[in-house]
Amino acid sequence: MNFQFDEDQDLLRDAAQKLLGDKATLEAAHKHMDKASDYDKELWSTMAENGWQGIAIPEEFGGAGMSYLDLSVLAEELGYHYAHTPFSASIFGAAEAIIVAGSSEQKSTLLPKIANGETIGTLAVFEQSGRHDYAGITTKAVGGKLSGIKLPVSDGLCADIAIVAAQADKGLSLYVVDLTQAGVERAELRTMELTRKQATLTLNNAQGELLGEEGQGEALLDNILNRTAILTAFEQLGGAQRCLDMAKDYSLERYCFGRQIGSYQAIKHRIADMYVKVEMARSNCYFGAWALTSSEADIPEAAAVSRIAVCDAYSFAAQENIQIHGGIGFTWDANPHLFLKRMKMQEFSLGSANLWKEKLYKALANKAA
Amino acid sequence: MDFNDSPTEAKFRAEVVEWLDANATKRDPDDTSALSMFSERESPEMIEECKGWQRTKADAGWACITWPKTFGGRGGTLMENIIFSQEEAKYLTPPNIFMIGLGMAGPTIATHGTEEQKQQWLPSMLRGDVVWCQLFSEPAAGSDLAGLRTKAVKDGDDWIINGQKVWTSGAHYSRWGILVTRSDFDVPKHKGLTYFVIDMESEGVEVRPIKQITGGANFNEVFLTDVRIPDANRLDREGNGWAVSLTTLMNERMSIGGGMGMGADMLIGELNRLAETCYIDGVLGKDSAAVRQKISEYYSRMKSMELTVNRTLSALSKGGMPGSESSIIKVAMGILLQEIAAFAMELQGGAGFEFGEDSTYGGGMWQELYLGIPAIRIAGGADEIQRNIIGERVLGLPTEARVDKGIPFKDIPNG
Ligand SMILES: Cc1cc2nc3c(=O)[nH]c(=O)nc-3n(C[C@H](O)[C@H](O)[C@H](O)COP(=O)(O)OP(=O)(O)OC[C@H]3O[C@@H](n4cnc5c(N)ncnc54)[C@H](O)[C@@H]3O)c2cc1C
Repeated sequence: MNFQFDEDQDLLRDAAQKLLGDKATLEAAHKHMDKASDYDKELWSTMAENGWQGIAIPEEFGGAGMSYLDLSVLAEELGYHYAHTPFSASIFGAAEAIIVAGSSEQKSTLLPKIANGETIGTLAVFEQSGRHDYAGITTKAVGGKLSGIKLPVSDGLCADIAIVAAQADKGLSLYVVDLTQAGVERAELRTMELTRKQATLTLNNAQGELLGEEGQGEALLDNILNRTAILTAFEQLGGAQRCLDMAKDYSLERYCFGRQIGSYQAIKHRIADMYVKVEMARSNCYFGAWALTSSEADIPEAAAVSRIAVCDAYSFAAQENIQIHGGIGFTWDANPHLFLKRMKMQEFSLGSANLWKEKLYKALANKAA
Repeated sequence: MDFNDSPTEAKFRAEVVEWLDANATKRDPDDTSALSMFSERESPEMIEECKGWQRTKADAGWACITWPKTFGGRGGTLMENIIFSQEEAKYLTPPNIFMIGLGMAGPTIATHGTEEQKQQWLPSMLRGDVVWCQLFSEPAAGSDLAGLRTKAVKDGDDWIINGQKVWTSGAHYSRWGILVTRSDFDVPKHKGLTYFVIDMESEGVEVRPIKQITGGANFNEVFLTDVRIPDANRLDREGNGWAVSLTTLMNERMSIGGGMGMGADMLIGELNRLAETCYIDGVLGKDSAAVRQKISEYYSRMKSMELTVNRTLSALSKGGMPGSESSIIKVAMGILLQEIAAFAMELQGGAGFEFGEDSTYGGGMWQELYLGIPAIRIAGGADEIQRNIIGERVLGLPTEARVDKGIPFKDIPNG
């Protein structure tokens, strides 16, 4: 038994920290908030040169064929450094969907281009009602032509393809949709998170290619979203860790009443609580990474506990980080709000902790049965 | 990362299971007695039963798996130790009354003792022949342990001890104790301490029970009046008692924290059973989203606990030292169990404060747990102290402003 990452993964982490520390700075994030530009193209190519997008994609489909543990390490660092790229949408979302549901032909045509960064993919599952249960999906598929409105679609403005969930004759089904075709209209969806642009996709008889069997959408999505949730949980973990580090650093810098604020227990104990929550969440995330890598049967439980713990840790850390910064923490030009907003984006785009608690309850009942 | 046994570990586990099957009875998975934290004041028969089980383990080489063979240990790895504990927990075994000895006194003697002292105390401790207790806290020194005032005065080859200790768990069935005293009142408080091993049968040692909020009396106050301790029982230098105490406290957090990763499935299983029987405003517990979501949240947090213990032990088995990180388990666990027990009692509605084996739900186990939890949040360093440790030693935040720094002990204000 070994409940930690190994040395190779530690080296990968060092390399990722170095690269992202240089290129994915918070100053850059601030600049991106003001621009309409959809992502950091230079960073995206650098990532591709380093083989990051394809790190967990099997070699036969153009990836590096390394493990989900390696991808988890990258995910955490991406969340810590606030990378402004469609990595999550394309790799944690679309690539996973294709790996889970795609035919070998679909994998051979789609995955290599996702792996080298040429194609950007995303998930377009949920709709305007905000519901995360599948009954909320009203988009229709008739003879492979899709009509309906999807939102929020992460990085939907820059993505080339989307994995779309739609109701077909035999029930909920998944489709690969080329977003550059005439039947697709995209518009920016305004959200509080300005560095990861969200889109509304309006499909008007758009051509879709069935992914997986028709009518199998629910089971496929359960699996895909569990996997996406685990990888996203690492990104959230990185964000929570960053909030903790920021709060700690500021509490050492800032003096009140002749003392560093970190010497007051009201502050010190709150930072200690952040640390406890982050470490607890970290343990659950590691369980998730291990389940993805080596224990398929544990994925539903592991996804839910990762998600529940990390949503709790990140919201606490992001909120209290602002509090510990005082007035400056409420300003646009300071950094804490970047994480508050991303935290909410990541929480709601995959379903809040309460939804995952219901999922966990079912997963445990299935396990007991 | 691999949450499964390696082939060697699997083989070791099979060996453990084979031995346990032959020597103990498997616990019914629904039997919740393992959750019970405080029993009635321990009877001599119960103590004999505990000692018997320890001896059985020692004879077969399963006691203290990580200790060197010279002291009767197995010379095994931390992972093997975890495997043994995981499996042992599935069997009906007497309560572990040896934690203070094996988990705290043992490692302290191993770190600070002379060869002779190790040979004198470790083997009998390991075999369970004698039980150990911890004489640290005093009426005026708990969190602020270094404020203790039990006095040690050198007299020829002996020391003469006078003072009072309190909250001493198991003093009534212990033969040996670890004792911190003040040997110098004229230097700053951390500098004047000296650490001893005390024979609890010495003349002048008086043990009186203290009744707890659970109704039982598992701890005591201990009066020390002109007790003679031979200088040969001193651990480490005169005046170096604080360093020795820190070794004990570090190991205490490890053993309290490390022992807490267990029981998630059992506890949540019991909670589910309540949710299938109890109603809130006409709605069956498990049909209420609020109830289901709470149960899931608790499961997730219990899982974090178990996995964090494992992660800490993984780091240790790669050669790390027991660090302040174990504070996180201690600080998270107390409050979690308190919430869970309170929630379970709330589900029981008007029956929630029944207490005793004939209680309507769960034979009173939730109430017993609920009343026992405050001890977890106080003993072995209260939650607030653990947060200081995390803040200062793990995260590097500034230490508290202190009014007692650098002042001779006798001049420090108290009350
Ligand atoms: C069941 C049980 C078994 C025990 N067994 C033993 C044993 O076998 N041997 C032994 O030696 N001791 C034992 N103890 C004693 C235990 O270690 C002490 O109770 C504990 O360290 C707290 O000390 P105190 O009781 O003096 O409380 P205090 O130190 O007076 O604390 C009172 C409150 O003040 C808070 N506080 C204190 N200092 C600070 C600070 N700097 N910052 C913020 N808050 C602070 C505390 O957190 C607590 O909430 C046991 C206690 C219990 C409950």
